[in-house]
Amino acid sequence: MRVLGQIATLVRKDLLLEWRGRTRGLSVVLFGIVTLLLFSFAVGPDSAALRAGAAGFLVLALLLSSTLALSEGFRLEHENHALEGLLLAPVEPMALYYGKALSNTLFLILLAPILTPVAVILYAVDAGPATLVQVIGLWALAAAGLSAPGTLFAAMTSRLRSQDVLLPLLLFPLVVPVLLGSVKAIALVLGGDPMGQLSSWTVLLGAFDVIYWTLSGVLFTHVVEEGV
Amino acid sequence: MKRLRWDAIIGLVGLLMLLVGSYIGLFAAPPERHMGEVQRLMYVHVPTAWISMLVLTAAFGFAIASMWTGRPKWDAVMTGATETGVVLGALLTVQGMIWAKPTWGVWWDWDVRLTTTLIMVLFFTGVLVLRSYVAEPERRATWSAVAVIVGYVDVPLVYFCVRWFRSLHQVQSSPETVASTMITPLRINAFAMLFLAIWFVARRSRLELARLRRESVALPPRRAPRGTAVPEAPQEG
Repeated sequence: MRVLGQIATLVRKDLLLEWRGRTRGLSVVLFGIVTLLLFSFAVGPDSAALRAGAAGFLVLALLLSSTLALSEGFRLEHENHALEGLLLAPVEPMALYYGKALSNTLFLILLAPILTPVAVILYAVDAGPATLVQVIGLWALAAAGLSAPGTLFAAMTSRLRSQDVLLPLLLFPLVVPVLLGSVKAIALVLGGDPMGQLSSWTVLLGAFDVIYWTLSGVLFTHVVEEGV
Repeated sequence: MKRLRWDAIIGLVGLLMLLVGSYIGLFAAPPERHMGEVQRLMYVHVPTAWISMLVLTAAFGFAIASMWTGRPKWDAVMTGATETGVVLGALLTVQGMIWAKPTWGVWWDWDVRLTTTLIMVLFFTGVLVLRSYVAEPERRATWSAVAVIVGYVDVPLVYFCVRWFRSLHQVQSSPETVASTMITPLRINAFAMLFLAIWFVARRSRLELARLRRESVALPPRRAPRGTAVPEAPQEG
């Protein structure tokens, strides 16, 4: 119960900091929108091709935005030795991990109601409110999948000057199943699912989330012991 | 005369066996009914696949041992095994592409087996890059062990994915479904690859251990006792 209380406090702290600063949120949202725009420029004015690739562009925008969000999350903790203060409080390392991973997930989920309508407009996708809710649900699963190993790697690389290179280098290959699963699932939601494949892709996303939320939580303690 | 190390002897035996196995595979074994001569790639491709996964499984075991004991020896062996696994994985991918072109008509397909293998190679390469950026030995050992454990989840997926998903890549054959004349060179080359991998791992581990010892002379370890404040880390990388 004590750990759960610590997780809730950490999430509240992170969201409060985000709400007061708003700089990370604004920059990540703008980055996501610019990424969506760039995809439409890269493909050209072919609306059929844009519509066909909408799910992929949307998930790639999430993936690229996530690296900005994840690296910023731990950078804040190094200012004024905040992380050491938390550990001395004492906050359990496991609570620290789950608090950070949860606030990162919530932060990435909050991008969905902004980026999804932008993608719907830019790529001329025919999607009603029910479809958008489904897309946001799948987005949440993908965000959780990115945040679980992403938070662990962000903690490991946050002290390194080359974090901008290392975080994507470690994270991107690992989250390919999340990328594949969410792109396929969102494409099926947007374009129809005559073969009933949506559930298998959703299960893949869920399984990835369960494995990495468990494994990363256990390993984070060792990472913290060496000083992040 | 300088005496050969045990691993060098194993490596030389492996090299010799690879020559014998490949000779039998190329000239004595019959061509496969459907694929013809190109199937002979199997005699190096399949052993490379087996041993790359075996070596990365060993790296996973060494990573746990390194985290558990904190001894540099395990960190060095884990690094040697990861490096060897990456080289074998890259070799496996290239061999697969050479086989794919005449049989599937393309060098690459986004098939589940190929994708998971590529993820495996890229991720473990990332682990080696991570090591090169972290200067402090104990932190480097822990972080790379953590990364190896996290990335290892992909390795069983590489092996079992052809059974779990619809895949262009064929499922594993069993000795009952393959002619005995094909099994012999396959087994010889599998042991040859295993011996070569042991040689590579031993050599790279020894080098890594020598590097770690040199570092420890220049930079004394400073692990904080459990429960004490985490010392401030210097900027690295």
